[in-house]
Amino acid sequence: MVDFLNPSRRGVLKGGAAVGAGLAMPTIFSSQAWAADYLNKPTGDTVTFGFNVPQTGAYADEGADELRAYQLAVKHLNGEGDGGMLNTMNPTVLTGNGVLGKKVAFVTGDTQTKSDAARASAKRMIEKDGAIMITGGSSSGVAIAVQSLCQEAGVIFMAGLTHSNDTTGKDKRRNGFRHFFNAYMSGAALAPVLKSTYGSDRKAYHLTADYTWGWTQEESIKNSTEALGWETVEAVRTPLGAGDFSQYITPVLNSGADVLILNHYGKDMVNSLTQAVQFGLRDKQVNGKDFAIVVPLYSRLMAQGAGENVKGILGTTNWHWSLQDEGSKAFVKSFGEEYGFPPSQAAHTTYVQAILYADACERAGTFMPCGVVEALEGFEFDGMGNGPTLYRAADHQCFKNVLVVKGNENPTSQFDLLEIVQEVPAEQVTYDPAIFGGELGECNNGV
Amino acid sequence: MDAILLQILNGLDKGGAYALIALGLTLVFGTLGVVNFAHGALFMMGAFCAVSFNQLIGLEKVTVDPTQMTPWGTPLEVRVPMIENWLGDWGTFILDYSVPFSILMAIPVMIIIGLVMERGLIQFFYRRTHAEQILVTFGLAIVLQEIIKAWFGANPIPQAPPEDLRLAADIGAFLGFEPNTVVYPYWRLIYFLFSAMVIGGVFAFLQLTTFGMVVRAGMADRETVGLFGIDIEKRFTIVFGLAAVVAGLAGVMYTPILPPDYHMGMEFLVLSFVVVVVGGMGSLPGAVAAGFLLGILQSFASMTEVKSIIPGIDQIIIYLVAVIILLVRPRGLLGRKGVMES
Repeated sequence: MVDFLNPSRRGVLKGGAAVGAGLAMPTIFSSQAWAADYLNKPTGDTVTFGFNVPQTGAYADEGADELRAYQLAVKHLNGEGDGGMLNTMNPTVLTGNGVLGKKVAFVTGDTQTKSDAARASAKRMIEKDGAIMITGGSSSGVAIAVQSLCQEAGVIFMAGLTHSNDTTGKDKRRNGFRHFFNAYMSGAALAPVLKSTYGSDRKAYHLTADYTWGWTQEESIKNSTEALGWETVEAVRTPLGAGDFSQYITPVLNSGADVLILNHYGKDMVNSLTQAVQFGLRDKQVNGKDFAIVVPLYSRLMAQGAGENVKGILGTTNWHWSLQDEGSKAFVKSFGEEYGFPPSQAAHTTYVQAILYADACERAGTFMPCGVVEALEGFEFDGMGNGPTLYRAADHQCFKNVLVVKGNENPTSQFDLLEIVQEVPAEQVTYDPAIFGGELGECNNGV
Repeated sequence: MDAILLQILNGLDKGGAYALIALGLTLVFGTLGVVNFAHGALFMMGAFCAVSFNQLIGLEKVTVDPTQMTPWGTPLEVRVPMIENWLGDWGTFILDYSVPFSILMAIPVMIIIGLVMERGLIQFFYRRTHAEQILVTFGLAIVLQEIIKAWFGANPIPQAPPEDLRLAADIGAFLGFEPNTVVYPYWRLIYFLFSAMVIGGVFAFLQLTTFGMVVRAGMADRETVGLFGIDIEKRFTIVFGLAAVVAGLAGVMYTPILPPDYHMGMEFLVLSFVVVVVGGMGSLPGAVAAGFLLGILQSFASMTEVKSIIPGIDQIIIYLVAVIILLVRPRGLLGRKGVMES
């Protein structure tokens, strides 16, 4: 009989071992599960991230800035530099000592802003370079194609600059996550400002980049502006990278429209906006009103390319360097000191994606994709710009404040190209994930 | 009516570029018998002459202004183009008009590129088959593209037209339409006029000078001209240089319309070959006429009214017309008998 009141030394040891085994049981099970093989499990003292960005093509400027931001993120993760947003992110378990004790290394690929090229470079990074995670891109067509590849391969995809509703809508995948906002959110944020600036009796003409992002942005902006009472006169699709948009702009001149909405991004937007201004649209009067041009998705890089043509033109952006929260200030300081100019929204989103992935691995205690998915789903954080942010579990879409901006009429420096008109709260742009359909499916560890 | 006029204008500036490239292609083919797939690269090199000139005169003096700070807390660097320091208002004027001024640099540079290309490589392929000529010149085009990509990067580099020419002219008011119904950018009108001038100049050179007469005679019957003791090959080499200059100038003046990148030549080359084939191989007037015709047709095909009937027609119209013309007139619009026919 066991005497509980007078335990023997042997009894205490036995009991302690039993309790210890019992307490450790879930950890042992889980760590055994995490220890099971998964694709590209890092075995040495480094872990490799795959940065898949457009280094050529219509979005090459954004791609170059994305790559700069990734390199900065790797420095900060490895404990070099001033730490940037690692100092402001809340909560975080990152300490600047790599990820799970491993130094972060990286490989790069050129998406060329083409889905097939992007998939080929992502495949090469996964199969030959052993990348544990693929991130980047500056086109929704590319993002959707690469997200699907990563899902099939069994690695995590942290999307870069992708604004189509489809990325986290009908084409969402369990292994894919998007920090960037989307076309629906642009429309929801922009519409009230358009109404207060241009009124509710307007006729709009859309020029739209002919691929998934352009289509969903056109749809979202049409829905938002038609809800204001605007009429859509025409919506014309233009080939991506068309260069010369004159043949699409001339029909606008006598269409009866008094607003031109350019659903273009990157070089396409720079060219179409510049050419629209050269055709005299900004100085035109139609239906007794000043003709207006709207660029629903804006970036500082585009504003730089289009020069003074952007003055007074309204749009939305995911983030801007002039935000005064602690996270944005820390990032602008790190990036500015490193490269000599402020970061673009593309740089911000890719930097944050790299940090969020690393943080999720640390919190999950593993690089295994299903563990990382679990750590990111429903994750709420702050200190990374745009206020409190949620990575919604239902569709892997981030929700945070959206910025309505306009081309600065009186810039005070070469960087001061956009002016923040309004910081629209996340609640105003949040929607029911069911409206865009799609299924996340199961996560894939690649084995 | 105003919409039709606008599309014609649109077609004219694009057609101007097609015509200039096709003119050079035809000159080289008609004189040297070479199908030069590197001709698009010459258009691109011309465009990069404008970029280089702009970068050269835009070299900046950097000073640090301690009174202004960057958003990340370091003193702001103030950059002033050195040419403004040296020449004052004249420097500003040259910077503003850098694209037209770059023609002065492009002409000698393109002559040298053309002569080096012809003497260094193409002359060894005169008596080879057209297939071999196409392969070697296509390879040359890729090499030139890669050199430009390595030097200037892969991204397009925008070139602004002069400040005074950035907006649009009210052509409608000039032609008696209602004001502001037919407006067209000044620079595109200038491009059309410029291409018409260059084309006129080339024709005048060939028609009105002794040199041109000899070249035309050589195009018609090289051997007989040789029997007169005329070194026709030397003249044809000069014609190659002339074709390079024409392509180069087309590229220089096109930069404010389309920001140049290393690949722009290839995009224009394919269309220009279609123009040459439609115009008739070896026919200079055919190349020019087909250039403008296809430019205008492409512009009309992109009208919403047309696209609502045949979606996507704007992307295939040039090739569709080429197929129809080759079926109806296998030698092209103004093609001569015996050219590229065995």
